[in-house]
Amino acid sequence: MTRPQSHDAPVALALRGIDKRYGNVQALSTATLEVSPGTVHALLGENGAGKSTLMRIAYGLERADAGTMLLWNDPVRITSAADAIARGIGMVHQHFTLVPAMTVAENIALGGRGRLDLARVAKRVDELSASTGFALDPAARVETLSVGAQQRVEIAKALVRAARILILDEPTAVLAPAESAELLRWVRAYADAGNAAILITHKLREALGVADEVTVLRRGRSLLTARRDDVTPDTLTAAMIGEELAGAKTRSFTEDARTLAAPGVVFRADSLTLADSAGIVRVRDAAFEINGGEIIGIAAIEGSGQHELLRALAGRLTPESGVLERPSAVGFVPEDRHRDAVLLNRSLSENVALRGAGARRGIIDWSAVSEQTERLMREYDVRADDAAVPIRTLSGGNQQKVVLARELALESDSPLALVVENPTRGLDVRATADVHARLRKAAHDGAAIVLYSSDIDEVLLLASRVFVVFERTVRELPLDREQIGRAMVGAA
Amino acid sequence: MSHGARASAFRRDSVAWELARAVLVLLAIVGTTALLLLVGGYSVGNGLAALWRGSLGSWYAFTSATLVRAIPLMLTGVAVAVAFRAGVLNIGAEGQLLAGAAAATAVALSPPGLPTVIVVALALTASAAGGAGWASIAAFLRARFAVLEVISTIMLNFVALYAVSYLVRGPLQEPTHVYPQSSTIDDALHLSRIVGAGRLHSGLLLALGVSLVAGWVLRRTAAGFRLIAAGESPSAATSAGGINVVATTTATFLVSGALAGLAGGVEVLGVTFALYENISPGYGYTAIAVALLARLDPWRVAATALLFGGLEAGAGAMQRDAGVPSTLVTVIEAALILAVIAVGALRRRSPAADVATTPIAA
Repeated sequence: MTRPQSHDAPVALALRGIDKRYGNVQALSTATLEVSPGTVHALLGENGAGKSTLMRIAYGLERADAGTMLLWNDPVRITSAADAIARGIGMVHQHFTLVPAMTVAENIALGGRGRLDLARVAKRVDELSASTGFALDPAARVETLSVGAQQRVEIAKALVRAARILILDEPTAVLAPAESAELLRWVRAYADAGNAAILITHKLREALGVADEVTVLRRGRSLLTARRDDVTPDTLTAAMIGEELAGAKTRSFTEDARTLAAPGVVFRADSLTLADSAGIVRVRDAAFEINGGEIIGIAAIEGSGQHELLRALAGRLTPESGVLERPSAVGFVPEDRHRDAVLLNRSLSENVALRGAGARRGIIDWSAVSEQTERLMREYDVRADDAAVPIRTLSGGNQQKVVLARELALESDSPLALVVENPTRGLDVRATADVHARLRKAAHDGAAIVLYSSDIDEVLLLASRVFVVFERTVRELPLDREQIGRAMVGAA
Repeated sequence: MSHGARASAFRRDSVAWELARAVLVLLAIVGTTALLLLVGGYSVGNGLAALWRGSLGSWYAFTSATLVRAIPLMLTGVAVAVAFRAGVLNIGAEGQLLAGAAAATAVALSPPGLPTVIVVALALTASAAGGAGWASIAAFLRARFAVLEVISTIMLNFVALYAVSYLVRGPLQEPTHVYPQSSTIDDALHLSRIVGAGRLHSGLLLALGVSLVAGWVLRRTAAGFRLIAAGESPSAATSAGGINVVATTTATFLVSGALAGLAGGVEVLGVTFALYENISPGYGYTAIAVALLARLDPWRVAATALLFGGLEAGAGAMQRDAGVPSTLVTVIEAALILAVIAVGALRRRSPAADVATTPIAA
């Protein structure tokens, strides 16, 4: 590890030895980030590495459990976003915080105090447009603007409040290539004027293209801090995903799964193209086969098209074009359990009855449903008083077991198939192990399982084969942590 | 079941809680009324006595005042409860009731020729269709353009009110064209009185039947379960249940409108025997309080409708017998609704008691 400067060198922003714990998850441990004036600093890491948490601490949205923070060489304690803004820190979130029905000037004036003088704000926006080249129309309504223009409004909001340190969270994720290039050019110029920019990203090419320095976070620790010239895509990838492979355990299990794999194609796709709800193509020309007894791990960084791929396989999304053969009933465990999988206020029985409720007719035999539910509760070791308690009273792990049990319950004679998305998110170690054991057992019993996890180690731990989704392309890769990691960020 | 003992203890606890709540509701009624009478400078004793006499004080008051008013409240209360359970905030029961009343009147006044039983059945069917038709405007706007039904149904209430104003001065006005009301409906078409119960008519049986069936549908049928799931979480209903949420909520909206319309038909054929402007003293609005206090359970609506029917009847008696001016009575009525709802909203701290629950066998 190389340090680009000693502790005496001037810093724009320094976070040292930051710890942050959520429940029993250590999100950050002794994480350190030092940003020099006049530089663009790329903060790299996989999903869940702690990048956003660290920046939320810097911006006052979260409090660190331990550690110190320096701003322009002075120790500071930032307790709120208002505090951060007052001290010249700006943040552009991945999901914009604009009011669509308001004009650009009104959005920029939001959060100000005292009398609202829109004419003055509009004048300020015009000045800003001139100095940044953003070409913002103060009177335009935000909802009529392109995504790129909306992002420029977000940046303008920070600049109007004299931000000299700008945090950009995945700024290019929503932009077209030309817009991305333009934004990065502006970031460069902003830093060259003596400010500092922090770019949260998981795109290596982008980081290496614009940044002066990079810091890599992995599992809440700063793994590497270096000047751009001292790193290569390979060293960065290695730092991001770790050099140690998941090891023998993964391998031997995979071989087990292979030998046990029951023949028989359960899913088959050919020149499959999928679009999201806005009609934007997210997966193009995918072709694959998935057999019974396999666990297919999907590895991808956020927004690569895996969301649509999983929903198409689960029958929740109709393909744009191409062939997708799948069983009539596919179990689906979505990542947002509370929103998409359960009726929180209803009983366990009712949540079990929910599957297939759209096609059911006539009278529901609730005593049969509750018998079935109690059988599933015993089989899956669900800890609850009885089948009549509302599911919201259960722990996350027990809720997830109910969902898994429901989705794995065999329907008619269709082959058993299950699509799971981040199935252990928010679960503790024990519950995670339970869920893993259930998935393995289901595959062992002949089910075809498709698993997406934003934790690449979880994918490797369970998968018998891995598909990587990157920029609309689905391809199979060998079970090699490094190769997969590189493919996920487009470095391979 | 190994947890049986614990589960039944839980349920006993619930029953005790329900009783405590009922007592609190009664205390709130007495307390609020007494307070407002005191503030207005009227005799608290006389006022409360009139409230009692007008609602439960005699068999006549109970049947001819309380129960007669409970009938439209029961039907509109079930209408609101069912809609709210599906996540459809139908505030338009009043307008749907008026549409139903107008439709029933039109059928009942059309030239005779059919047996009276058939005409009555047709008139009631027309009232349900009228209510559903009126609700369909808001249901369509919701399903097609995501127009908030809270707004559209309130607006449509006023449209219905003025439409009735027009009808009783135009197409449906009595032949002398003097009074803003329709002709009186033929005696043969009136809903039969319940023997020995004064002005109480057989609409009560219909209302009780509707409450019973609606509660059963919600508890036992697949369609009822889809409705509840769509109301609890549209996203989970769609994703995990494969439920067509738009179709489910739209159908529920229409059924809700039909029930409110039926209330109008029953009122015309059982109580007013003619259509005129103030046919409903706001039953469709009180229905929201009726449904909420019943925690959106159609079975409990039968009980809460009775309570509010008694309040309406007793308030009328206060005005007649205790000399309390009608304006103050209106204030008392409104305050009573708020007090009752406030007490009804008291919850045990257990999150399980937070919501209207449909108990199912377990």
